[in-house]
Amino acid sequence: MVITKLLNHLGKYLILMGNAFSKPEKTSMYYKEVIRQMHDIGVGSLIIVFIISLFIGAVTAIQFAYQLDGTLVPDYYIGYVVRDMTIIELAPTITCLVLAGKVGSNMASEIGGMRQKEHIDAMEIMGVNTAAYLIMPKVLAAVVIIPILVAIAAFVSIGGGFIASVPTGLLSGQEFVMGLRSFFMPYNVFMMFVKSLVFAFLLTSISCYQGYNVKGGSIELGKASTNAVVISDIMILLADYLIAVVLI
Amino acid sequence: MIKISGIYKSFGNTPVLKNISTEFQPGKTNLIIGKSGAGKTVLLKLLVGLIAPNEGQIFYNQIDFLHIKKKDLRTLRMKVGMLFQGSALFDSLTVEENIRFPLDMFTEMTKKEKSARVNTCLNRVSLDGINAKFPSELSGGMQKRVGIARAIVLNPSYLFCDEPNSGLDPKTSLVIDELIKDITIENNMTTIINTHDMNSVMEIGENVILLHEGEICWQGNKDEIMSSDNEILHDFIFASPFLQRLRNAAISNGFHK
Ligand SMILES: Nc1ncnc2c1ncn2[C@@H]1O[C@H](COP(=O)(O)OP(=O)(O)OP(=O)(O)O)[C@@H](O)[C@H]1O
Ligand SMILES: [Mg+2]
Repeated sequence: MVITKLLNHLGKYLILMGNAFSKPEKTSMYYKEVIRQMHDIGVGSLIIVFIISLFIGAVTAIQFAYQLDGTLVPDYYIGYVVRDMTIIELAPTITCLVLAGKVGSNMASEIGGMRQKEHIDAMEIMGVNTAAYLIMPKVLAAVVIIPILVAIAAFVSIGGGFIASVPTGLLSGQEFVMGLRSFFMPYNVFMMFVKSLVFAFLLTSISCYQGYNVKGGSIELGKASTNAVVISDIMILLADYLIAVVLI
Repeated sequence: MIKISGIYKSFGNTPVLKNISTEFQPGKTNLIIGKSGAGKTVLLKLLVGLIAPNEGQIFYNQIDFLHIKKKDLRTLRMKVGMLFQGSALFDSLTVEENIRFPLDMFTEMTKKEKSARVNTCLNRVSLDGINAKFPSELSGGMQKRVGIARAIVLNPSYLFCDEPNSGLDPKTSLVIDELIKDITIENNMTTIINTHDMNSVMEIGENVILLHEGEICWQGNKDEIMSSDNEILHDFIFASPFLQRLRNAAISNGFHK
């Protein structure tokens, strides 16, 4: 029962994505929409991404310092651990989980509202491929902008680690920087971008799917928006696990 | 021309339309009438492909509408304009942007040409100068007219109107009816209008179809309504006691029949 329902959703999702990635009626209209979405996603999320990653970096540094206390592991490892934790896991995953809540729910309710107010039907009758026009620009904008946001998050988070540990005397600034420069593997940065790309695709496409298939009234719209976040979050974590298994 | 045959549609176990067959001619205002819940909106949505029938065929000229390729469907739809029962204007766009949307999407017109076309359409529905307003700033009747302007901006061959004058005063209704009729003749469009407004029926009813319990129970033009002795039609058209008395008086004075 549950399995057939899941498969049904998966099928519908794949068909919708197939329709979404077909040739645009007019490139300039899609281009404008991509730019608008980039602005909304990027500029609109900067502050929250900044705040969250600052604290995550800070907490990572303090907690790792606490664990190091009384061991023989040198202090500069704090910088090294903050850097790798951030790049490999925290920046892409936490940022995208947060963006699923912010951007994903917003997309689901925007598209869902258009469905309920017959805007989508009106566009269909004009001859617009609504799956493409409403979904493709959002996904494209997200897979470009979200990796950039994640990169910013990584820098800010490392900065947060610095602020939390150096002025408080856990270690010196030179030690922290030395940690940052130790055992650096560019491959990890590659992994960070792979993760953020996949997560960005998942959270936008799932949210758009939820919105596009809304029926009923305002309660269903609210549910779709919640589902968009919950399902995106689960899929992001699942993908996180799979990428970790495959890429490490 | 649009031809449908054997259309059957049910939601769950409740049939809404049973075995509907008819033809809609170009250059004519075709009216679908019937009481609330008779299935007018469902029939219109079937005709434009927003919902699929359980059985039956729909032909746009020679094109088999229910087995059309997706790409051809989009091309055909550029020839279709529709006015929704609730107008369905894009509420975050201005009136101008709403009407321009199909032009932006499908034509290579310059900005100037587009804005000229928008103004022509606005003028056609007597709403000059409201370009910068948002739909929420308009009255219901104005929204309907903007909806019509948007529907005709690409010069469609087929126009579908779901209750174009519900919620409007009789005078404005008449203006909209005349407008739709004129546009239909000007462009030789196949126009299909859902209505339960008796004034419309009597003014522009060139081909009137009465839906009752999922079937076509009467079909004819406005002149034939008076002379028909179909009970359901009369119950529907002369619904109020006042109209009932008026009709009886007309008949006893030798009007028609
Ligand atoms: N999506 C749907 N799911 C289930 N039933 C539906 C659906 N759409 C319409 N119906 C049913 O179909 C019947 C006809 O509805 P429709 O909207 O076509 O009526 P109508 O003739 O347009 O009425 P009105 O004049 O009030 O607009 C109604 O009984 C309605 O309950
Ligand atoms: Mg209706």
